[in-house]
Amino acid sequence: MVDSRMVLMGQTIAYTLYVLAILALMGWFAYRVTREGKTGGVRPALFWSFFGFLVVIGVSLHIITYNTIPWVPLDLKRGTIQADTVVSINVARHQFQLPADRIVIRCHEKVLFRVTSSDLTYGFGLFRSDNSMVFQMQVLPGHDNDILWRFDRPGVYSIRSTEYSGPAGRDMTLKDAVEVTCAGADGQ
Amino acid sequence: MNFVATLIHGEQQAFNPASLTRMQKMTLRFVVIGLVYYGLAVIEGTIMRVHEVVPVPTVEPQQFFAILTAHPLVGIFGSTYSIVFGAFLFLVPFLMKKPLWSITLANWTCALLAIGTLTFWSAGFVSEYAPLYTLYWPLPADFTQFSVWGGTFFIVGIALVMVGTVFFVVNIFKTITYTPAGWEKQPAGALLGSALGVTAVRNFFARKKTEHLVPLPVAAIARGTVDTALNSAVILFTGVLILVYMVAALLGHDLRRSAIDALLYKNWFWWGLDLIADGLVLIFVAGTWYLLATLITGKKLFMENIARAALLVELVVSWTVWSHHLLSDQAQPAVLKVVSGEMVTAFELITQGLAFFITLATLWSARPLKMTHPLKFLLGGLLGFALAVPAGIMQADVGLNRILHNTQWVIGPHVHVAILVGLTMTLYSAIYYLLPVLTNGAKLYSDKLATFHFWAHLLGGIGMGAFMGMAGLNGMLRRTLYVNGEFTPYMILAALSGALLLLAFLAFFFNVVMTVGVKGVVGIFRPSRLETAELVPAQP
Repeated sequence: MVDSRMVLMGQTIAYTLYVLAILALMGWFAYRVTREGKTGGVRPALFWSFFGFLVVIGVSLHIITYNTIPWVPLDLKRGTIQADTVVSINVARHQFQLPADRIVIRCHEKVLFRVTSSDLTYGFGLFRSDNSMVFQMQVLPGHDNDILWRFDRPGVYSIRSTEYSGPAGRDMTLKDAVEVTCAGADGQ
Repeated sequence: MNFVATLIHGEQQAFNPASLTRMQKMTLRFVVIGLVYYGLAVIEGTIMRVHEVVPVPTVEPQQFFAILTAHPLVGIFGSTYSIVFGAFLFLVPFLMKKPLWSITLANWTCALLAIGTLTFWSAGFVSEYAPLYTLYWPLPADFTQFSVWGGTFFIVGIALVMVGTVFFVVNIFKTITYTPAGWEKQPAGALLGSALGVTAVRNFFARKKTEHLVPLPVAAIARGTVDTALNSAVILFTGVLILVYMVAALLGHDLRRSAIDALLYKNWFWWGLDLIADGLVLIFVAGTWYLLATLITGKKLFMENIARAALLVELVVSWTVWSHHLLSDQAQPAVLKVVSGEMVTAFELITQGLAFFITLATLWSARPLKMTHPLKFLLGGLLGFALAVPAGIMQADVGLNRILHNTQWVIGPHVHVAILVGLTMTLYSAIYYLLPVLTNGAKLYSDKLATFHFWAHLLGGIGMGAFMGMAGLNGMLRRTLYVNGEFTPYMILAALSGALLLLAFLAFFFNVVMTVGVKGVVGIFRPSRLETAELVPAQP
């Protein structure tokens, strides 16, 4: 089941490999550019191959993420998807106003978090006990801010504002405010 | 010479400020002010780095966020704008082989950038005005958290910077197009067309190609200046809007903040700011790479026509990418997120990637090269963008943005590596290269210090970005104070890297002061005794 941890692990590996490759390339270049070498410069074919490579990378990244990260199509098409549960939350004066002290959600159901702001721009993020992020979104006053999510494993999550709303909003955290339960064989 | 004599008179007394032309003094003033503000940004950055490890007793949370508000603005407007505008106001006349349109206007730009930055920094320091540089509506007008007077002076300071910027824009375009006294009439329209890329577009379709009238670096400066102009209009408008609310509050009226749509404001703000971040920065940096590569090698730029075209593409792209800042704003239309935020933004991988390749290919064609300080720093600048641009492309993805937005990933591997390693090392390369030209042959005090400057800055910048990025991938947010030690190990490593950056700057600053001497620094700010409008003194 693909979740943020898995996606970020993939990103970490990909970016780390890239960084090592580019450091090696630049180190090699810095060394060789101070040494004698074959005359004639760089062939245009290499340049156009590099151009093609950049185009492929630029296009394929978003195609890959659309087809491998489950929340992308869910998010882009959420206007046409019926949610199983709607959780309405309001934020005002740097306080989250939840429908209950702890929001309980069942595994695999499509949950629409609808968060509104009465005053400032906030953020709405769910975080695990190890502080890693499940997801986040911005919460703008005067607008519907909703996100459709499906949890595939049980857990208890904290809510935190992920956008700066002034010094008064620096402690906008509700610990263990969301519980996801999985019944039967699906439970862990 | 002994240490004290060198400190006062500069290395081997080679620098004589009395020999400087008005143009040289104008440029050096910009550079000195830019470096002073860079130092301020580094010092305040270090304070914040330490505070993220263990709270600094004298820094209350409100003060921390006021520092965080001023920090990027001091860095961008006080430092980068000063150095870049000063360099370009010298380079455009230098490359066009004609006098600057107005040295007086250039000096006004310098003064307004300096005074404006001091104004908004002071307002933030005294009043702890802390809506952050993003100024997300209605936070700038939230007078339950911030002082109205403080905010008013803050915005006035920004406005002064923008007026100075407008003067820069006028000066650059007038210099390109005007006819100096006694000259044959210049083809203003054709010069502007060449600078902006109209000629290039026509050439693409025409059989008979028209020669480019302006050199490639001037074309880069002109195109980046278009974005500079548009951005100053956006920032000025936004500032006036915020000021209306502030002045009303001062007069006892509480205007309805919901009258301004927060989403529309955010779109407008980020459209404007991306003219800096994705426009003028990338265009100016690419142009500077091309100029440095041709100066260092003495060779023609590899694939020059493609480079010219890519600069124009980047200009147009910069107008259309802003939605990558709104990928987590659920009220933002999906079509804008995908087209502007993802697809067009991906073009920047191509335009910057091509600039990277073209610069390296030009250097390669001239090997063997001597590893001079300008070349070292140029390679550092190229590396910086090679690291930061892909990091930015990753977060400009709908799926990844959901778990990266507002984390330390954004501000670490992307923003700070781009600015500190990519942009700043490119500027240092230009400074080291132009130092002898601007100072009529001042002798660099210490090559060892310059080498230390390079390695400390490179390792500090990459290290800080890396450790911030690791924290971000583990869930650490930006613009947040963590008080329970959740990410302390990463913050310690980031702080040590930040300390390297501070040491790098101190080494450079010391090296420069010892090169020109304290009397030399003071002399830069005295009026020039030479009446000439020439860039450099005539050779005897």
